[in-house]
Amino acid sequence: MKLVQPRWRIAALALVGALPLLGGAAQAESGHGAAIERQDWTFGGFTGQYDQAQLQRGFQVFQQVCSACHSLKRVKFRNLVQPGGPQFPEESVKALAKAWPYQISGELDDQGNPIDRLPGLPDPIIGPYKNDVQARAAQNGALPPDLSLIVKARSAEQPSAWYNQWLLMLRDIAIGYQEGGADYLYALLTGYHEPPADMHMQDGMNYNVAFPGHQLAMPPPLSKDAFVDYQPESGVKGSLDQNARDVTAFLAWASDPTLDGRKRLGWQVMLYLLITTVLLFLVKKKIWSRVEH
Amino acid sequence: MAVDAEEPDRRDFLVLAAGAFVAVGGAMTLWPFIQQMNPDAGAQALASIEVELSPVKEGQAITVLWRGKPVFIRHRTPEEIKAAVAVPMDQLVDPLARNDALPEDTPATDPNRTKDGHENWLIMVGICTHLGCIPKGQTLGDSRGDFGGWFCPCHGSHYDTAGRIRKGPAPRNLEVPVYNFVSDTKIKIG
Amino acid sequence: MSGLPHESTYEPTTAVGKWLDARLPIFRMLHAQAVDFPTPRNLNYWWTFGGILTFMLVAQIVTGVVLAMHYQPSAEAAFDSIEAIRRDVNFGWLLRNLHAVGASMFFLAAYVHIFRGLYYGSYKAPREVLWILGVLIFLVMMATAFMGYSLPWGQMSLWGVTVITNLFSSLDSIWKGLGTTIVEWLWGGFSVSGVTLNRFYALHYLLPFVLAAVVGLHLWALHVVGQNSPTGLDIKTSSDAVPFTPYATSKDAAGLFAFLLLFCWFAFFLPDYLGHADNYTPANPMVTPPHIVPEWYFLPFYAILRAIPSKLGGVIAMFSAIAVLLFVPWLDTSRVRSTKYRPVYRWFFWLFAFTCLALGWLGSKPAEAEYVFWARVFTFYYFAHFLIVMPLVGWFETPLKVPGSITEAVLAKNKGAKLAPAKS
Repeated sequence: MKLVQPRWRIAALALVGALPLLGGAAQAESGHGAAIERQDWTFGGFTGQYDQAQLQRGFQVFQQVCSACHSLKRVKFRNLVQPGGPQFPEESVKALAKAWPYQISGELDDQGNPIDRLPGLPDPIIGPYKNDVQARAAQNGALPPDLSLIVKARSAEQPSAWYNQWLLMLRDIAIGYQEGGADYLYALLTGYHEPPADMHMQDGMNYNVAFPGHQLAMPPPLSKDAFVDYQPESGVKGSLDQNARDVTAFLAWASDPTLDGRKRLGWQVMLYLLITTVLLFLVKKKIWSRVEH
Repeated sequence: MAVDAEEPDRRDFLVLAAGAFVAVGGAMTLWPFIQQMNPDAGAQALASIEVELSPVKEGQAITVLWRGKPVFIRHRTPEEIKAAVAVPMDQLVDPLARNDALPEDTPATDPNRTKDGHENWLIMVGICTHLGCIPKGQTLGDSRGDFGGWFCPCHGSHYDTAGRIRKGPAPRNLEVPVYNFVSDTKIKIG
Repeated sequence: MSGLPHESTYEPTTAVGKWLDARLPIFRMLHAQAVDFPTPRNLNYWWTFGGILTFMLVAQIVTGVVLAMHYQPSAEAAFDSIEAIRRDVNFGWLLRNLHAVGASMFFLAAYVHIFRGLYYGSYKAPREVLWILGVLIFLVMMATAFMGYSLPWGQMSLWGVTVITNLFSSLDSIWKGLGTTIVEWLWGGFSVSGVTLNRFYALHYLLPFVLAAVVGLHLWALHVVGQNSPTGLDIKTSSDAVPFTPYATSKDAAGLFAFLLLFCWFAFFLPDYLGHADNYTPANPMVTPPHIVPEWYFLPFYAILRAIPSKLGGVIAMFSAIAVLLFVPWLDTSRVRSTKYRPVYRWFFWLFAFTCLALGWLGSKPAEAEYVFWARVFTFYYFAHFLIVMPLVGWFETPLKVPGSITEAVLAKNKGAKLAPAKS
């Protein structure tokens, strides 16, 4: 059973090896955004799981900073109670929903008049705007996107020479790398700087190294001097970097709330498949030992 | 064929073990496919509703929708309450209260199907316990059956003024959902 | 099914079995085709991909039917319903990942299967019809997958559908208005809309059953002409063959489970690796994402499309890239089937494989000068391989000596192995 004979392997390797000489110039990458640095996430790779305390801190940052403009409508208050998430006590989430600054609208009272009401556990985590038109009107024409899927909806490209890319791809598959969106979001939150002197900034835009085109309508949500302080008993000190990390982890959970269970079941399935594959291979060997093949 | 009629040894441990693994794995794979049919997390967490009772005058009834089911709310008259209380327990088809807020074996007395101090309000899921039709008796023109409560036209089940089955094919009393009085004139169901 | 002549050992033992056998000999047929069916004794693991593909088709249909119980095919509700599946439906995340990753795995297995057929000459007489049915299966698979990718109604869904359906507007340059008419007919409107989504959903549900029917024909044809083998030789005597069960069955089972390891690795640990981040943004007809890229399994064809500078030419080239496969049985003039015995063609085969990989990579890149140049080079070779290399090399090449039979090849190989035990 030899599909590729040794000298063919050598020939194929030689071919692959020689090709960089042919097209070395092709590696110029399109210049959107800066390279996004990979971060160390507790939920990263094929074993990673969310850190409950970090998700709780991240929610605090979301609540105190992001929720001023952004909604998180695919996450319901009840989700904050679930295992595999921040898992706050149910009573405190109920109180949180009752004290949420924005109300659920669109429902009718007995007289058929539209009413606003306080959210409860089954309701979405809404933002300040009732619709996109209202949001744009309030935000100078820029729409603060819903953040429920923001981590899944973003990615980070790893610029590298073309002959390297397939190796990096295989490595990412082997380590189970899926955190491009989180890496990007962290880079964005920590990426606000003074624009370079030669850069012409549009009115009301903010310079950000991670954002494609570098001109971002969103003003810096966190800064060195304005960040969220955590409760002293959490044992973690608030800082721009820590806030960005925590809120990114929280939003990663918001976009993929089943990650913990998925990976846990995944390992059970892999173990089962591994054992069964070995058994089936042995059975095959035994059966075929009766005939030369 | 290249092989003589030598059959594989079926008692072979390896073949048995591999077969068992494949069979168990296949059976376990069915689980998600069965589970997905169950009510999802969104349906399970459906909102409770609040109902304002003040517009419902004595002798009147309203129906509200809760978790996709009609809930009967009847403002009973003193005569109706008296009639319900007077029924001896041995005349009941179903002796259990069927009140979700009380233990399962609670007897079906009238007070056990209402709230203390609010005996004039009878609140039940309006679904016949026979085959799921909605009994008549909520509006004035409806037939209320032989016992002055509700009457299911599908197969002729008669319920009394406490919503208990008295005659007909239905096996159980109408279900009383979990609810609370938020104020004297407002309840929260669920 | 008539099929390759072989004696069936099926004898019903129970009274019910005998009763049924006299009326509907279904178990006799299954026994003949799935147990007694003679299989070349020298098949390697590349031959297990046929069974893997059958499994994948069934798996896609089963997970798909279940997802259809929760999915809502409308522009307003589609995206939200997928999110409800991911978040709220019991095991919804698992079923959705299995279906989405399953599509990729289906294509991966199909490509291995196609290249195996190309390498060992499985398309040559008398397997032309078998091969053509395979190409039809490939086409239906592509249509099904394309429509399936539109269903989440994210940005990549909307814009992928827009770009690909707009291909037909190139027909305007043949006959004014023809292309536009076809495109509006496909859309059911003047742009891709919820109406388009609805019909794509209906077809996405229908086509897998068409696929299953063509797969049935493919299997029928296979059981008439019998399996090719790595030597490219047919079964001549009974010593060339082993019964399908337990031999091929045990090997297929081992191959399938090894494949499932890869499948589940992606489904559990990399569920979104093969998709696009943009599809997690709801469809927005006012904004096009910066890079519109099809799913990886379409990339080689996408690269061919973009390599041709004319709009109509690109479309023709892309469809020809698949259509040319239909003629492979007659384009290959070689006297022997298996590339194993073709010292010259071997080089071209691997060059072709590399070409397909290169086109796939180029298809994922933006259409910029350097990439387009290389896409043209590889597009040229893609067609040259079928239209020039296959006929010419087959004509002038002197094949190596082919063994007289499968048995002879097996015995010779094993004797060689005994002489040099270091080589396994």
